[in-house]
Amino acid sequence: MSNLTENRLSNIFKNNKKKISIYLTAGYPNLTDTVKLLKILESAGVDFVEIGIPFSDSVMDGPVILNSHKKALENGMTLDFLFSQLEVIRKNISVPVVLMGSMNPVYQYGFENFCKKCGDLGVDGLLLPDLPLLDFKKYYQDFYQQNNLAPIFMISPQTSPTRLAAIDEAGAGFLYAVSSSSTTGSSTKMEDNIGYFEKLGNLKLKNPVAVGFNINTKNDVRIVHQYADAAIIGSAFIKEIEYEIDESRIIKFINGLEN
Amino acid sequence: MSYQVDENGFYGPYGGAYVPEVLYPNVEELRLNYQVILDDQDFQKELSRLLSLYAGRATPLYPSGFLSEKYGANIFLKREDLCHSGSHKINNTLGQVLVAKRLGKRRIVAETGAGSHGVATAMACALLKLPCVVYMGEVDMVRQAPNVERMKLLGAEVIPAKSGSKTLKDATNEAFRDWINNPDDTFYVIGSVVGPHPYPDMVAKLQSVISKELLDQVPSLTGKNFPDYVIACVGGGSNAAGSFYHFLDHPEVKLIAAEAAGKGLDSGFSAAANLLGKEGILHGSKTKFMQTPEGQVLEAHSVSAGLDYPGIGPLHAYLHDCERVKFLPVTDEEALDAGIMLSKNEGIIPAIESAHALAALEQIHFKLTDVVVICLSGRGDKDLETYINYTAAKN
Repeated sequence: MSNLTENRLSNIFKNNKKKISIYLTAGYPNLTDTVKLLKILESAGVDFVEIGIPFSDSVMDGPVILNSHKKALENGMTLDFLFSQLEVIRKNISVPVVLMGSMNPVYQYGFENFCKKCGDLGVDGLLLPDLPLLDFKKYYQDFYQQNNLAPIFMISPQTSPTRLAAIDEAGAGFLYAVSSSSTTGSSTKMEDNIGYFEKLGNLKLKNPVAVGFNINTKNDVRIVHQYADAAIIGSAFIKEIEYEIDESRIIKFINGLEN
Repeated sequence: MSYQVDENGFYGPYGGAYVPEVLYPNVEELRLNYQVILDDQDFQKELSRLLSLYAGRATPLYPSGFLSEKYGANIFLKREDLCHSGSHKINNTLGQVLVAKRLGKRRIVAETGAGSHGVATAMACALLKLPCVVYMGEVDMVRQAPNVERMKLLGAEVIPAKSGSKTLKDATNEAFRDWINNPDDTFYVIGSVVGPHPYPDMVAKLQSVISKELLDQVPSLTGKNFPDYVIACVGGGSNAAGSFYHFLDHPEVKLIAAEAAGKGLDSGFSAAANLLGKEGILHGSKTKFMQTPEGQVLEAHSVSAGLDYPGIGPLHAYLHDCERVKFLPVTDEEALDAGIMLSKNEGIIPAIESAHALAALEQIHFKLTDVVVICLSGRGDKDLETYINYTAAKN
């Protein structure tokens, strides 16, 4: 796969401009903040956005994002509520949106219904880090295809070349490369990952590559942009909105990342 | 009907390996090698030498006169509480740390609930000379304080898990996160038949030494080839998996698992994953666990830290669905009463986990000729305070 027609995510990667993406947790810091944040991020010039589906036991995440999940769940965030919020987004927001999260909430919602809902609401990609490639191909691939949803997969410095080729073949939109083997928001230095980025840059991959995890500064973004198509900022952004959503502060934060 | 894991790591619909990409190579490396290592003659020789000379196996099968009279059957206790470390957990940790060494790993992480698995891992690491980090829920560190001190004395670093309910589930999350951050040199020694394939199968096989010994002990003590009943407690389910293993394909052996019902199945404070749980994906496998309709994991409750886990191993979820094993709920109070009863009448203080298996006797109607084996998975020294407080509150 995957031939997506008019998928916003695929479209934005048609040009070579280096991109910035922001991760936010649905329902954080307040239950109804998600759409408001999407609008601000779009006006700040963010190229695409990832919305995290909060989960009680996300093993991929470090303390900052974990805490945002906890708060979002305490706020009452559910998939039904998130979908009800997203119903309005495509009326006035065109930034591509990826939903991301642990597999279980999606599994309980029902994979087929979940994908259909995403398609109906104009969600462009789906990233479930604990979804095995095998399960994707065996059970779920068609649901993505039918709803024009880009299947996004992670790759890591541990991923073997053969496996990387298989993931590249199955995925669409972009490949999510974790900057190093870590949970989100760890203290790894971006400079230490250059060897890995160089290797990635030299591979002839079908999909664009977006690097995420532990990107905090303008310099981190600069390093990532030297080798990859996009930089994804998660924990650093979650920290920015911990207490309140201040539009000018967010715009300043985003501008401060761009080189 | 097979109760063995299939080539993709599934027991019927349950099992598999649902791990983030960072862990995929580690899990895959283990999947490709574990069976070869377990089958290797030198490995087997070394493990069985350690199990007998270090851990004290074979453990006795003790005929309990008191229980036999009380319940009207021939009741035997499989004395895993007499293992070095005080529980069956050492069977698994010696095996896994040896596997880790074979794979060239230089650092061990583990999760622990009651501390039994943590202590057994710390012992195996001290013996086999690998650094050991144990994650333990902050709440459990308080209620199982002596085990924390034991782990430290054995040279392990004990790190409190401070998220969620601060118990076994959260310690497991933290151990996974540590592994994600250290995939190159670290081996995760999982303490139960949970986690991504091949862990459930590997742990079941390492614990199967329990039922293997029963294959000899039962005939020589009773004249019957097989017991009529095998009863074990289940949290994740490792002592149960080990006790049932060699009897799974003998339908005449009735297998009973005691699940921690906490304050009662309907109380909202329970840990009975098969009786209350629903299929989903947690800690690397598709299995049953207690969760909200939206798929958020519920916090479990059991007086026994070792059973205080919202899920159960995929093998047990499968054995429950195909009715090969009968799962019975046992409350905190029933377990504590059974533990105190055994202490007073047999001079054996069982772990509160194991006391759940004893309490299940109340729910079964036996024939006089029945041979019943209860896996007494651990000793109760770690639980003294809980027993004392319970007795004081009752009087």
